[in-house]
Amino acid sequence: MGEAIAFYTIAAFVLGFAVLVVSTKDTVHSVLFLVLDFLFVAALYVLLGAEFLAAIQVLVYAGGIVVLYLFVVMLVNLKGLPEEHRDPHRRTKLGLGLAAAVLVELGAIFASGYARPVPQVAEAAIPVVGNTEEVGWLLYTNYLIPFEIVSMLLLVAMIGAIVLAKREL
Amino acid sequence: MIDLFIIPLLKIAIVLNATLVGVTYMVLLERKVIAWAQSRLGPMRVGPHGILQPVADAVKLMIKEDITPVRVDRWVFTAAPIISMVPALIVYAVIPFGPEVTLFGREVTLYIADINVGLLYVVSVASVGVYGIILAGYASNSKYPLLASLRASAQLISYEVAVTLTLVSVILVAGTLSMVGIVRAQEEAGVWFAFIQPLAFGIFFIGGLAETNRSPFDLPEAEQELTGGFHTEYSGMRFALFFLAEYANVIVVSSVATTLFLGGWLRPFPSVDALAFLDIVPSWIWFLLKSFVFLYVFVWVRATLPRYRYDQLMRLGWKVLIPLAIVNLVVTGFIRLMVL
Repeated sequence: MGEAIAFYTIAAFVLGFAVLVVSTKDTVHSVLFLVLDFLFVAALYVLLGAEFLAAIQVLVYAGGIVVLYLFVVMLVNLKGLPEEHRDPHRRTKLGLGLAAAVLVELGAIFASGYARPVPQVAEAAIPVVGNTEEVGWLLYTNYLIPFEIVSMLLLVAMIGAIVLAKREL
Repeated sequence: MIDLFIIPLLKIAIVLNATLVGVTYMVLLERKVIAWAQSRLGPMRVGPHGILQPVADAVKLMIKEDITPVRVDRWVFTAAPIISMVPALIVYAVIPFGPEVTLFGREVTLYIADINVGLLYVVSVASVGVYGIILAGYASNSKYPLLASLRASAQLISYEVAVTLTLVSVILVAGTLSMVGIVRAQEEAGVWFAFIQPLAFGIFFIGGLAETNRSPFDLPEAEQELTGGFHTEYSGMRFALFFLAEYANVIVVSSVATTLFLGGWLRPFPSVDALAFLDIVPSWIWFLLKSFVFLYVFVWVRATLPRYRYDQLMRLGWKVLIPLAIVNLVVTGFIRLMVL
């Protein structure tokens, strides 16, 4: 009961701040609402018993990535020339298309995921206890290849950024 | 009921009050020590040897006029000091001041919470604190605060990398992320981690100076260049909040350094039985004494060293501290692999 109340309250905050992120006119305020949104998502993780994920969410997203967003928003002059509007409904069409794609995805998840029982095999096989240890164990056993691919991707992005910024290295 | 609500609330009240009093007296300590370093007396008028000076300062700051300049971003301008202060205070939730003690026939732990991801919690909460500085500079709508806040946040982000890497090597040695667990690991090892990880200790201390914007890394407050820093447009209690946050962060860094490297609440040389008579001193007093040593060194460094230039600061961070921290981490990992 208490858990349900906590979940719906936090979920309402997450959705409310998400709406404010896209509806606020001032870009810096929008980024700040994004920080609040990430903090409430972290609270949701705590509610699910995933403290490690919650701490990482705050450390990486709220404290790291959004700081960079804020830098970009503050330093890039956003009040520049108004862009040319060839098709005034271009953004609306794009938005509707994306929303439809998300809807189809959600429908697919509901249709396939909820029909099957969740496999419980992985949980029994973990020989370590504790939140952090379990995440570490899974990352380096079951999900080793995706983990390594993601780290390669980040490395490529980093090298790409250096190459773009420092042409005459 | 009592265990679930009343005792934790009491502990939170005690820790918060002790912190705020500690912060105001940290200001007095700083003024006194710097005065002695410069052959002056420091505050002498309010109370004997200026002991009541913090009270006078607090009253003065609270009754001062609180000005909001006209063209500031009003909401963000008000929120920025709060955002600086709150992370500094909630870190104390996981700092262990001592183990369990029996008080009025009841087992009480001398920490508010011992969570599985304690150290990670400290790092992530501290990483949110940088918003206070960035937003203060942005919302002031004035060029000097903006420059100062950009400097401050670049500095914080750079040194955070080095500090976090040293924390990882401490975690490798301790085998746990829990703050209480780290102290217990030092008890088991019979030696403070400062002796096992001297390099990490040094990098953590230098990084701590930089992360709290303290001298010799206090470029965000370089008066000659920036007329004050990111808080130039602030006055009254809101200005005071920034200063309280800075000192609260200094105390946080001292307590975390004590917990990680100086054995937290343990007495000196916990493995030497000949020194067992030192156990007469309660554990939390050891903790406070060790933290006090750090606070004193922070002030001492400020009184001694000149300020770094900005490019020197960045070079030290990226080209010296971060590579050293990575080497330390790799070596620690190898040794850990060999020993186990």
